[in-house]
Amino acid sequence: MQMTRGMRLEQAKAHVAGRLGVSTADLSDPLIMHEVRREFGLGLIPVQELTYPSEPGAIEAKFHISEVFDVPINSVQKFTEHIAPRAAARSVGAGVVSPRPEVSA
Amino acid sequence: MEHSVMTRLGDGSLIRMTPSEIRADLEEATALGAKKAKTEPLAPEDLDQLLEIFASNAKFSAVDVGDELILSCDGSGNLDSGTRLDELYSYQSHRGADIIELYHIDYSYKAIKTILSFETQTMKSAQLNLVAPLQYGAMPDLGRYSQPDGPVANWSELMPLGRIDEARAAQEEAMEHAVRDMVFVAEGMIEAGADGLDFDTAGAAGDADLLAALRAVEKIKSRHPDIGIELGMASEFVLGMHGQLEFHGRRLAGMWPRDLVKVAAEAGVTMFGPAVNVNTTKSVAWNVARALTIVKPCVAEAEIPVHMNVGMGVGGVPMTPYPPVDAVARVSRAMRQVGRLDGL
Repeated sequence: MQMTRGMRLEQAKAHVAGRLGVSTADLSDPLIMHEVRREFGLGLIPVQELTYPSEPGAIEAKFHISEVFDVPINSVQKFTEHIAPRAAARSVGAGVVSPRPEVSA
Repeated sequence: MEHSVMTRLGDGSLIRMTPSEIRADLEEATALGAKKAKTEPLAPEDLDQLLEIFASNAKFSAVDVGDELILSCDGSGNLDSGTRLDELYSYQSHRGADIIELYHIDYSYKAIKTILSFETQTMKSAQLNLVAPLQYGAMPDLGRYSQPDGPVANWSELMPLGRIDEARAAQEEAMEHAVRDMVFVAEGMIEAGADGLDFDTAGAAGDADLLAALRAVEKIKSRHPDIGIELGMASEFVLGMHGQLEFHGRRLAGMWPRDLVKVAAEAGVTMFGPAVNVNTTKSVAWNVARALTIVKPCVAEAEIPVHMNVGMGVGGVPMTPYPPVDAVARVSRAMRQVGRLDGL
């Protein structure tokens, strides 16, 4: 919120806390935020035995961060631009992708 | 007899001072800072808080729970373990950084232009693997455009010869090269997914160096309004190597953080980093009081977040490659508790 929106600290904390439904003091509590981050799919920190392969991580989590906080994230936009046209074309029944020509013997 | 506490000088060396001596240092420093920056000294209650922070024997000191600020970095990692991506990951997950920065050891936009494809590929990989906002940073570094390293006449050689007009013309020509290079690198980084750009140590070569950065920021923000831009100062006021340069009608030479933060915001900067030099022969308390005196009005009047430069030799942190945690913790706490900074 500071970086791309230029929000001052109090304003940024209030925005984030409001979107997550927690208090601003909760934002720096690791136990509370672990659960909140899991609930919203914002990314978790793996700790050896406690890995989270079924939870969103890295670029996946940033899609959720962009949506939850209503903030544009450049890497998410670029990722979407790069995959979207082909992904749409590949989808079942799209009828856009031509089958590979058979190789004659 | 009054007890004494362990504290440090601005070079990092340990000394002992009594609370009365620390209080005297605080009062002297804020008076000097106010006189130099033409601002008000810190209020007595601010000095009381600083005394509480510095007259303690605790190893570590911290802000109140819930009053934490944001930690951004001009370069994340020491390039001493694994890859740059490893270091970014470590800063994100283990060192508490909120905004991380990919950088190259040759920290200059002119140098980065020649290796941009390598840098953008690293940025792209990093963006896929990190959650924390990741910017790319380097210096405007205007001096690199002067001979013998660059194409423009060397204004530092011309000025002592009294060829002032030629020296100014050379700086103006160098600015055009620098703006072009900064925008070129920014475009590549944004295409690779960067969340923002950091123009660090802007003004290191004087007002022309700073103006080049401001012009580059203006161009970048006009094309990419959602991109973050951090601008860090090179010293506590803008050096007038040219002396006549203006941004939107405001003369840059001699400008202090209080006014520069407004100019920066006008250009499109989203996070501003003031820098105040450290006096290595004075105590850390003295240096912090002076730095806060200069920066507090900037924080009060800013419309964008202010992230103070608190590293080796600036903002009160001792001038040593290995800043002691007791000093760094006290400086950081003071910056938030007394200065109300948005970040460091």
